Amino acid sequence: MKVKVWGCRGSLPAPGPENISYGGNTSCLEIRDGDTLLVLDAGSGIQRLGRFLDKKVKVIHILLTHLHIDHTMGLGFFAPLYNPDVEVHLYGPSSSSESLLNRIRKYFSAPLFPVRLADLPNHPVIHELDQSEFEIGPFRIKSEFICHPGPTLGYRIQHGANVLAYMPDHELQLGSANFPLDPEWTSGFEIAVKADLLFHDGAYSFSQYEQKVGWGHSAVRDTIQFAQLCQVKKLSIFHHEPTNTDEQLDEILRRNVEGKTFGFEIEMCKEGSVYEF
Amino acid sequence: MPAQSLELILGRQFMDSLSIPGFLVDTEGNLLFYNESAEEVFGLKFGETGGMRVEEWATIFTPMDAQGKLLPPESLPLVQTLQSKIPAHGSMYINNLNRERIRITVTAFPIIGRPDRYLGAMAMFWKSELP
Repeated sequence: MKVKVWGCRGSLPAPGPENISYGGNTSCLEIRDGDTLLVLDAGSGIQRLGRFLDKKVKVIHILLTHLHIDHTMGLGFFAPLYNPDVEVHLYGPSSSSESLLNRIRKYFSAPLFPVRLADLPNHPVIHELDQSEFEIGPFRIKSEFICHPGPTLGYRIQHGANVLAYMPDHELQLGSANFPLDPEWTSGFEIAVKADLLFHDGAYSFSQYEQKVGWGHSAVRDTIQFAQLCQVKKLSIFHHEPTNTDEQLDEILRRNVEGKTFGFEIEMCKEGSVYEF
Repeated sequence: MPAQSLELILGRQFMDSLSIPGFLVDTEGNLLFYNESAEEVFGLKFGETGGMRVEEWATIFTPMDAQGKLLPPESLPLVQTLQSKIPAHGSMYINNLNRERIRITVTAFPIIGRPDRYLGAMAMFWKSELP
């Protein structure tokens, strides 16, 4: 499988010369194997994915972790949604009170957006998920609720012997007892365990996190400890706080890894990065 | 051991932060967690016992009526909640750490995750001496 990052910024797009290295678009990953295309989240990064997408692709599966605006804001700007020859499947978390379709309709309605869902040439096919396991082409996908305000899923995507785990919004400290010592009581453990590549929320430095406990995101320090607990092979830290510049992100990573040895690779995720398995 | 669901993890976190005694069980009634205040009533430490199967902890927590007669399981709020998946409430007597009989009141409620996943139950209890 081939994985491309089209956006890894959190909360709000953050374009600007100070954010050239890590990019300013919000969450969006492309995962491909031949004709099968998975898109993880529809943040502002999905707009560019739509522009550069192979015209031969006729079916697209968009898996939303949750419906916060930074993960859905690009949907209306995703060109394939307006192509009558393309079938789009939208997956997202169940809620106790309202269907996924109705919640997505809120985005495609006044005053937020001029085009209604019913105006699209093909109505997207909606799939509600909770603790689910299913297959799309060569991919085996597992979803699970994780700790973040509102219904939020983590995804574990298996392709042959390789596993990619994706939890862009996840607050480890609130979602774990005895963190980071007890996997049985750690939110997201089953999604990430022994993954070859883990994309995980690391929005803040620890001092930033202390000011934002309960907002649904993690400190880089905790993200690294979680990756260690899960014995992943590579950690790509995701959902960069929009006010953290390239220089600050480099410094946060340096402070958390300097002088320490880890049994896996650690990086700050960069928009435009490509991974092949 | 597979990881617990998010709802049970958050239930444990919530209970761990309370000063009212409480415990958390799975759908079978196996004890998953009890908090510090419950430790004081049970005379046990969660760090030492960990979770307990229902057969094991039923021998520790022995509810009685005012005359000291053992209560049948189906009369207990937690058992009612586990069977019906709706909240239940009631009072009973137990022996505390000092072997004194005390009256407690228990409120149990089911833990049902999105969209409709039954995962277990939570019970809170407090001393409720009759006037």
